[in-house]
Parts: sequence; C-alpha cells; structure tokens
Amino acid sequence: MIFEVKNLTKEFQIHNQMNVNIKVFSNLSFSVKAGECVGIKGPSGTGKSTLMRMLYGNYLASSGSIIICEKELVGAEPKDILELRRFKLGYVSQFLRVLPRVSTFRLVSESAIRAGVSSEEAEQKTAELLSLLRISENLWDLSPLTFSGGEQQRINIARGFIYQYPALLLDEPTASLDRENRETVVNFIETAKANNVAIIGIFHDETVSSRLCDWHLNTETFLMSSDKG
Amino acid sequence: MTDKFQNYNFAYLDEQTKRMIRRSLLKAIAIPGYQVPFASREMPMPYGWGTGGVQLTAACLTPGDKIKVIDQGADDTTNAVSIRKFFEKTAGIKTTFKTNQADIIQTRHRIPEEPLVDGQIIVFQVPIPEPLRFLEPRESETRKMHALSEYGLMHVKLYEDISIHGHISTSYAYPVKVEGRYVMDPSPIPKFDNPKLSKSAALQLFGAGREQRIYALPPYTSVTSLDFEDFPFSRLRAQGNCALCGATESYLDEIITNDKGTRSYICSDTDYCNSRTELGHLGNGLDEVES
Amino acid sequence: MSPILEVEGLEKKYGNQAGCLDINLVLYPGEVLGVVGESGSGKSTMLNCISGQLLPEKGTVKFNSPSKGLVDIWSISNADQRFLARKEWAFVHQNPRDGLRMDISAGGNIGERLMSIGNRHYGQIRKAAEEWMERIELNAERIDHRPTTFSGGMQQRLQIARSLVTNPPLIFMDEPTGGLDVSVQARLLDLIRQLVHDLGLATILVTHDLAVIRMLADRILVMQKGRIVESGLADQVLDDPQHPYSQLLVTSVLRV
Repeated sequence: MIFEVKNLTKEFQIHNQMNVNIKVFSNLSFSVKAGECVGIKGPSGTGKSTLMRMLYGNYLASSGSIIICEKELVGAEPKDILELRRFKLGYVSQFLRVLPRVSTFRLVSESAIRAGVSSEEAEQKTAELLSLLRISENLWDLSPLTFSGGEQQRINIARGFIYQYPALLLDEPTASLDRENRETVVNFIETAKANNVAIIGIFHDETVSSRLCDWHLNTETFLMSSDKG
Repeated sequence: MTDKFQNYNFAYLDEQTKRMIRRSLLKAIAIPGYQVPFASREMPMPYGWGTGGVQLTAACLTPGDKIKVIDQGADDTTNAVSIRKFFEKTAGIKTTFKTNQADIIQTRHRIPEEPLVDGQIIVFQVPIPEPLRFLEPRESETRKMHALSEYGLMHVKLYEDISIHGHISTSYAYPVKVEGRYVMDPSPIPKFDNPKLSKSAALQLFGAGREQRIYALPPYTSVTSLDFEDFPFSRLRAQGNCALCGATESYLDEIITNDKGTRSYICSDTDYCNSRTELGHLGNGLDEVES
Repeated sequence: MSPILEVEGLEKKYGNQAGCLDINLVLYPGEVLGVVGESGSGKSTMLNCISGQLLPEKGTVKFNSPSKGLVDIWSISNADQRFLARKEWAFVHQNPRDGLRMDISAGGNIGERLMSIGNRHYGQIRKAAEEWMERIELNAERIDHRPTTFSGGMQQRLQIARSLVTNPPLIFMDEPTGGLDVSVQARLLDLIRQLVHDLGLATILVTHDLAVIRMLADRILVMQKGRIVESGLADQVLDDPQHPYSQLLVTSVLRV
C-alpha cells in the first residue's frame, strides 16, 4: 500500500470569529496501492481540497493516521514531511506560489534536482516536458507570475511530473486546460499509473475522471464507490 | 646635599610616586606589550613634551647613573637639551652623548644605531599608546580587543593601505606583535627601527604621560611587525649615504642645504655619526651651492 | 542527523516585562526556521540571546560547533564565544549599517572575518572578496569602494557576503528585507534562497512579513508576548493555523 488512511478526522476551530467549529469529516479510512488512481468527488465545500491538503501535510489532522510510503504523516516532524515531499510525494496544486525572479525553467527543473537527479538530466527532462505541454520556448526564461491561468496550470503539472514520485496528489489538474493539453496531461497520468505510481486526484471533468480512476471517494458520504465495477 | 637640588626630591618625583611607577613597570614587564594604566603626575613641562618618558626615567634613576637624551636621534636638539638639563638639576647625575656609556637612554622617535647591551634601559616617549585608536575610538572596545586578542581590524587597516597605495604605507609607529600575543604601538619611531625592538639585550620601557599608560618589552622579547605573507614588512631607508661619515646602513635625515633645494643626507643618530668620523670614516661632504 | 542548535528553557526579561519566555527549539543543518510575530513579540530578543548578543537569564543554547563540538554558547569563555560568532555563525542585521564598517572598502568588509581568523595573504583575501561580490551580484570592480557609495539593497547583500565568507553552517537574519523596495526585496530573497540551498545553511529568520516566511522557511515559530504559541511546518502553520493568534496574523495580511 502506498497510501493508508485510518480513522482520519478533521475539525477546524476558528477562534476569532465567535469560536466557530467546523467538522469536515470523521473516521475516514481507505487505502491506495501502487498503480491505482483514486478520484475524490463531491460538491464544493465538502472537504475535497481539505483531504488533499491533509494528505500533503499542509493541513493538520485532528486525529487518525495517514501513512504514505510507510511513513506516518500525522504528528511527523516537519523535516520528515519535507523529506517525504522531496523524494516520495508529488503535488500538483491549483495555485502557483513562487518568488518573482525565478524562471519557469528553473522552477520545473528544481524539483527534480532536489530529488537527486543530475542537473543535465533534469534540464533535459524539463525541456521535454515544457515542449510537450506546449509552453513556448521564449517563455522558459521568464517568471510564470505573469502567465495565463492555463499556462500556470501546465507549469504546475510539469513540476509534478518531472520526477517520478511513487505517490502523487493532483488537485484539478485539467481545470484550466483546452482539449489538446488536457489530453496530454491525461496521458501523463496514464503513463504514471503504468509505472506503478499511486495517485489520488480531484478531477473536475467527468470523462477524465472515469477514464483514469479505478474507484472514487465520495465526500458527501465519504463512502468508497467503485465506478469501474 | 648640595644647593642644586635642595628644593627637589631626587629626580623631581617623590618616593611614593616612584614606587607607584615602578609597580606599574613591573606589571608591564611581566606582560610584554600590555598597556598598564598609571597615575601620571603633573610635570613641569606640558603634555606632548615627553612627560611620560620623564616620569619613567625619574623612577628608574639611581645616583650613580649616566643618562643620554635624544630627540629624533640627536643629542643637541632643543627638547633633548631641556630634558637633560632637567635631570642634571633635579638628580645631579652625569650625562653623556655616547650610547655605549649610558645607563638610561630617553628617546623621542628613534632607536640608536649602536646595539644596546645587557644592563641598559631605553625609555620611549609615547603620544598615543593605543595602536587601534584611529580605527576604533572607543576605549571600551579596544580593551576588549586586546583582552580577546581580536586584531582582525589591524590587518584590515593594512589591507586598505595596500588596496589604496599598492603597499603598506604606514612608515612610522608601525604596529608590532609582542611574543605572539599583544599588538603594540612602538611609539613614532620610523619602521626602519622596528627590527631593533626584537630580542634586544636592553630593557625597553614606553611611557605615555597624557594618556597615562606604561608598557614594556623585557630583554630578549620577540617582536614582529604586522604584515601580509605576500606583502612582507620591509624597512624604509633613503637611497644614499651619510654625507658626513659615509655610513650606508644608518637611518638618514634629509637636509636642504641651500635656497635652490639641494639636498644631502646625514645620519639621524648624531652619536653614531660622530663616532664614525672620529674613527676616520668620511662621507662625500654636504653639497655646496653653485654660484 | 544531529541538530545544529538546541535551545532549552530560554528566558530573558526586561524588569517585569517579558522579553522571551520558555523558549525551546531545535534546528537541523540546512533547515530554515522562520520566526514571526508582531512588534514586541520577543522575536528579536530571542534571536539576540541565541546568537550570543544578549545574555539570557535562564536556559541553555547548545550549538554543534564544527570546531568545538557541542557547546552551550553561554557557558564557554567570552573569547571562545566571540570566535564562534566570527567564524561559525553569521548575523545579518536589518539595517546594513549595523553589520558593515562604512569607512572600510567593500573588499575590506568582506575580508575582515578572514583576517580575524588568521588569514594573512592579501592576494587570497582579495580574491575571496571578489568571488563573493560576484556571488551576491555586485560588480567586483567596486571592491575598493566604500559601502556609503552603494544602495540599500547592495549594502544588505554586502552584509550577507561579509558574514558568510568564513562558510559558517548557521546564519541568523533579523528582518533582512525590511526597509527595502519591493523589487529589491525580491532579488534579495532569491539570493538568500539560493545561498541557503547551495551552502546548506541552517537559518533562523525573524520577520513580521508572512510572505517572506512562506518563500523561505521550512518551519515556523509564531511568537506572542514573548512565548512561542505555535510551531510547525511553514505551509501548514500559514494555511491551517491552530492558535488564535496565528489565525489572527494569517487572516490580517492584505492580499495584492
């Protein structure tokens, strides 16, 4: 098992506004094995992103356990979570948060270099990926902060796929993409699956979701439903 | 007791003061290069005229001693003459121009050419005892730097010299390190004289009257001038020989001999020069004016 | 891997006012620890106690010195502590004038720490200074210029070079980008990020600017009234703050 979640519970306590307490889910358990792709579905506001962020260590769990590549995330030391993110766990988010001066090329190649790939190999792969994702070469030396939403999304994807992490989290990876680029990304994901990567994703598009996912987590009930039978 | 000094204690200072100065001297000798504060007295000459040196000499003098006083190497300049007279009047001791006959030599801004021997004391007049003063004006900081042996700033100053002038431009009061520990200002002697400080057979004492500090180098102390490996310390000597005695190795004074600006060099150390001419060494003579 | 810094029970008061209280933290080599809090939270007091500049009243600050092994920096002699502060850790002040000698050339500023640990070769010192100037993106031809002729951002970079020239494993920064123009800040942050990464520097970075923390820090401590109220992974504390004060801080930041 690559992802093992047991009795996971999440509650937000907002102290400053009349001490509101928001329960998102409780006692959630599931697991994902290598090569499997699981989709999280449900209406907005029901905890899809929250679960994703918890799986990345970005949100704290109120209780329960999350084991990724045999490492317990809940209660882990920050340095251990950082190490997991560096070598084992990739994350394609919807947001691009970067320093203003860093070039697109460097942003993408950095993830691979930090995982231990040589800079020549990282640079070669970066060039391949960016070309496949149709990011024009004259943009490679620019900071992506002024790019369009779709371009930023593709750069996020490049960062997530430049290195083969055994575990991958994808948050709406095809949301702002046109048909061609969407197809490219879906191919990336299929290739990753074939390479035994365990994937958990939020897929906005129904067709993409049914094409890629082996089963689904439904947030409305947090019941596991197997779409492919 | 003769009339000459019936109004003065021997060597002007009272015995308690001499004892205080001797205690400071002992401490200074025990910690070579370390500046020992002392209760500097009002002397009958203003600050800046050698009060520190005079107090040290006064504290060391005994009735049978012979003293030599030089200023810029010469026995016959105004200050040297005045100080010599001061000690003749207040201590009644004998005086001499000859380096090798003096028990105590008080000096301003030079070390005699003739090597000093065991049993001699040389007393230096010091204006600013703190070598770091012009880089770090705070006494609280410089004391810490000496205590903790933090002398990086001293080398920064030398670095700056080289970066601006291409060489270390300090030519007098060139800082030295004593026994690998304290950095010391050797008083405004030309850097030419610095090597004489090291392993001297004499006792070397330094007095700053206005600043109220004493420091010392006991005999045979090792003293090295600060420098860089690739910019080693070098002595500076004018290109020339003494016009009077022909000396090739002594420190030279440049003198202008006429209105046209003709220059000659003569030994700064008058005793050294005279001793040589007495033995028959002659230079080329001072350049004369051409009419 | 053993920690490079371990602080236990650190306390410093100003009369009855808490400077910092009950401070415990551990820092590993290569980690960037951000400390946030508003004015008066005690973050600068804490930083000064940990970096040897302010004597704490209680607690220990254990530093894993490359040359002396594990030492409590407040138990060793003043001379030893000052040596470590010159060679094995660096401190970057908010105002570069506090960390530079304004009447000494850029080269002299960068070379000073080398000279103070015994380097006596002018050529080597100068070369090291030139290399560092290139690294911090200053024109090496300006090596003999005084810092007064540089802009604020350049002075700050010069301060960083001056403190890193002895390759310390640990660096403290107190609001390094405070007071700089936004574009200058961006350049400086990128430089800091690269240096920290290239040199494997363990860093404690004190700031009230949450954006800087998000960019640079691996972990965060949130301080309020002298105490640490929350501590954790940087993006977690910023995105899912637990303590009321952390939540207040995070939600108070205006977004552009």
